[in-house]
Amino acid sequence: MTFEIETALRQPRAGARVDPGVLARARDRALQEGAVDVAYAEVDSPLGPLVAAATPRGLVRLAYEDGRRDAVLDDLAARVSPRVLEAPARLDEVRRELEDYFAGRRRGFDVAIDWALTRGFTERVLRATAAVPFGEVSSYRDVAAGAGNAAATRAAGNALGANPIPIVVPCHRVLRTGGGLGGYTGGTDRKVFLLRLEGSLLG
Amino acid sequence: MPALPPFQALLDDHADDVFGFLVASVGRQDAEDCFQETVIAALRAYPRVRRGDNLRGWLLTIAHHKAIDAHRARRRRPAPVEEVRGDAVRDPEPADGTLWSAVDDLPPKQRSAVLLRFVGDLPHRDIARTLEISEPAARRNLHEGLRKLHEVMT
Repeated sequence: MTFEIETALRQPRAGARVDPGVLARARDRALQEGAVDVAYAEVDSPLGPLVAAATPRGLVRLAYEDGRRDAVLDDLAARVSPRVLEAPARLDEVRRELEDYFAGRRRGFDVAIDWALTRGFTERVLRATAAVPFGEVSSYRDVAAGAGNAAATRAAGNALGANPIPIVVPCHRVLRTGGGLGGYTGGTDRKVFLLRLEGSLLG
Repeated sequence: MPALPPFQALLDDHADDVFGFLVASVGRQDAEDCFQETVIAALRAYPRVRRGDNLRGWLLTIAHHKAIDAHRARRRRPAPVEEVRGDAVRDPEPADGTLWSAVDDLPPKQRSAVLLRFVGDLPHRDIARTLEISEPAARRNLHEGLRKLHEVMT
């Protein structure tokens, strides 16, 4: 009989599923009360799904998903805050701007950026990169100069490779100093796609 | 120390268990409020958590405290007669209702021990820590609670 009681006590747990509405309301309240530091969502794009993450200060991370979703979120938890929650509505503006960009309706991004994942020379290189306009290209040497050290082209290349917000911070517009394509966080095919989209590469 | 996982991963892994525990503890009606309180309290405390190896137990401990709060609040307001605990999850056999109201009638420590052990599936060590009593005392409360349930149910 005691065994039966134990079994009966365990029962509700076995099948209990929290209703999605209950979860959503808890999440919304947590957001409202400022208990969430990083909100994220998956965003579709012609280049495959992206993981977008924002803090109250702005967009902090945009990553080509490529099966790395968990790694991206773990990294945010370790380097920004573990208070990471999936909250698609917090990324609506980012989603809209990306959609417009890929549809050819938008040439620049207006979303605020949180530079929390960059510092020092890397941050200066990426800020210089953010100033390269749609439809134009720059070089590793130029963005290194923009960051205050024209000789540090290799370090500039590393900084661009560590860009936490590709597409929005347009590291795809930075080419090798001799005119070669150079590398890209999401692979050179994507770099070519973006440069064609912007009319910087023909074909 | 390994880094804490994103809070969303905790919810993905344990939200069902936490909610199930709360339904068993305070009934379907109050479970949602308690769940929200638990999530928010957990989020607030999360960056200060020093050990990430028992986050499920940690969440259930918070849920337990929120359930106790709800119990106290309910005792302060007159309960409507039809507010029978847990009716919605533990359908339909009437014997079930008897069991859960028997759980409800246990002294607080025994009730908590029974719920944490069988609904929360926590080991005695975690139950002791959650109730801030020794492990032998946790076992005693559990044993005594089960004995009373047995009495009521036979």
